[in-house]
Amino acid sequence: MSEIKIAKTLDAKNLSCPLPILKTKKAIAEIEIGEFIEVLSTDPGSVADFKAWTNSTGHELADQSAENGIFRYIIKRTK
Amino acid sequence: MSEKKKKLAIIASKADIPGAYPPLILASTAAAMDYEVGIFFTFFGLNMLKKNKLNKLKITPAGETAMPMPIPQIVGMLPGMTDVATAMMRSWMKGANVAKLQELMDVCVEAGVKLIACQMTMDVMKIKRKHLIDECEVGGAAAMLEFASDADITLYI
Repeated sequence: MSEIKIAKTLDAKNLSCPLPILKTKKAIAEIEIGEFIEVLSTDPGSVADFKAWTNSTGHELADQSAENGIFRYIIKRTK
Repeated sequence: MSEKKKKLAIIASKADIPGAYPPLILASTAAAMDYEVGIFFTFFGLNMLKKNKLNKLKITPAGETAMPMPIPQIVGMLPGMTDVATAMMRSWMKGANVAKLQELMDVCVEAGVKLIACQMTMDVMKIKRKHLIDECEVGGAAAMLEFASDADITLYI
């Protein structure tokens, strides 16, 4: 993981569905193709949602973790 | 991406708070998932396309038997109870940081979601084109069916 450089962090904590996804869609357009965005969410439903969103859009869910109720997603912009 | 986009077609027929959220949540999320999306607004659902209307939609407690209000159903029919229930609902949603309806509609408009206003409903309810947001188009059953005919998902809400 150490070689992944985060180009941008999106704080989507405390937001309800579907805002974390909608804001991620917007934010990923602000980084370059090949760069990584970090998204933080407190929505337990976001685990399934980010999997579905990356599957559907083709962006790469490079890493995910959960700690103290905060879900962290590292997504690579692929297009 | 050369492959064909997935396509979602929704008929939105309600415009109380619990009826208005599902179409706009699904449409905005589908757009974020790179779907092609269209919503046909008919009957009361057409209210969602009226200018400056979205954040004024209400919920009536009468008949909403699952709504957690500490009052008997019959009281829900008294004057003013709709405003009470609406205020409660709005405060719950604000507490949970749910997007406002207008925010979701803005995402839809920005993403180019096709918004079709039902002409027949406009005639019935005496709603003129100028009462509706500029971003929608006006059409009928054939326009909806043509859009939905090759959709991957079709929903009636």
